[in-house]
Amino acid sequence: MTASPKISLTRRYRFAASHRLHSPKLSAEENARTYGKCNNPLGHGHNYIVEVTLTGPVDPATGMIANLGDLDPFVEREVVEAFDYKYLNEEVAEFQAIVPTTENVCREIYRRIGKFPLARLERIRIEETSKNSFDYSGEHATGNTRGATRS
Amino acid sequence: MIRITRKVEFSAAHFYHNPDLSADENRRVFGKCNNPHGHGHNYVLEVTIAGEPDPTTGMVLDLKELKEILQREVVDRMDHRHLNYEVPELAGQIPTCENIATVIWKLLEPTIRKGKLDRVRLYESPDLFADCTADSANGAGGRS
Repeated sequence: MTASPKISLTRRYRFAASHRLHSPKLSAEENARTYGKCNNPLGHGHNYIVEVTLTGPVDPATGMIANLGDLDPFVEREVVEAFDYKYLNEEVAEFQAIVPTTENVCREIYRRIGKFPLARLERIRIEETSKNSFDYSGEHATGNTRGATRS
Repeated sequence: MIRITRKVEFSAAHFYHNPDLSADENRRVFGKCNNPHGHGHNYVLEVTIAGEPDPTTGMVLDLKELKEILQREVVDRMDHRHLNYEVPELAGQIPTCENIATVIWKLLEPTIRKGKLDRVRLYESPDLFADCTADSANGAGGRS
């Protein structure tokens, strides 16, 4: 007898945006030392890839955890339209107070997609470039919690 | 513990249709995936086995054996097939990425004799995939 596996669905989205890494808590020298070329006051940009991973029961009527007909417009509205071709530091309100590192972008996108009402958000993973990726599964997932449930 | 992963590809046709829904509801829920003529994908399957390397061979599971299992259990069943009509394990189910991945998990799990099936990842396209993993919350972990 085999146990049923846990199942998740992952969808990838893209946006292109500029940012500058600069902390008002640091001096100019410290910013330059900490962030290097990412501290360039004129900013720079990336083609971001966002992976959204959802879990939840597979609806027997549709065979789906989430219908892309629902998920795609939600992500498009909450993330892509808000971030694509924007200067994150100035045009996304949340990054006026926090540095738009991709760690922080991950957390902000997790917060936004976490409101999707039709499935449970398990993870946001962002490829900032083909060499850098970041992922965030919420604060509950700091330990050995593979397959853990949200409290 | 070490994880090893083998990748295979297969190409297959499918469409989404629930006979319990009206024609209008099917179109609304499934959109263009409801086209009764079907459409197809180049599926990419990644199968991960976890375990300790055998001290004699240094292998968790011989990848040649895994390759043969994937050929027999998945590729021979699904490659160049219509998933709605030609794969008995999917009969009565809508052949979504979630359901196909779950069927593949159930086909593979009893065939893995060294190491344990850790993850089945099925890409329908580079931007959409389903993962099946051992359900540690629900499995036979022996937690009382």
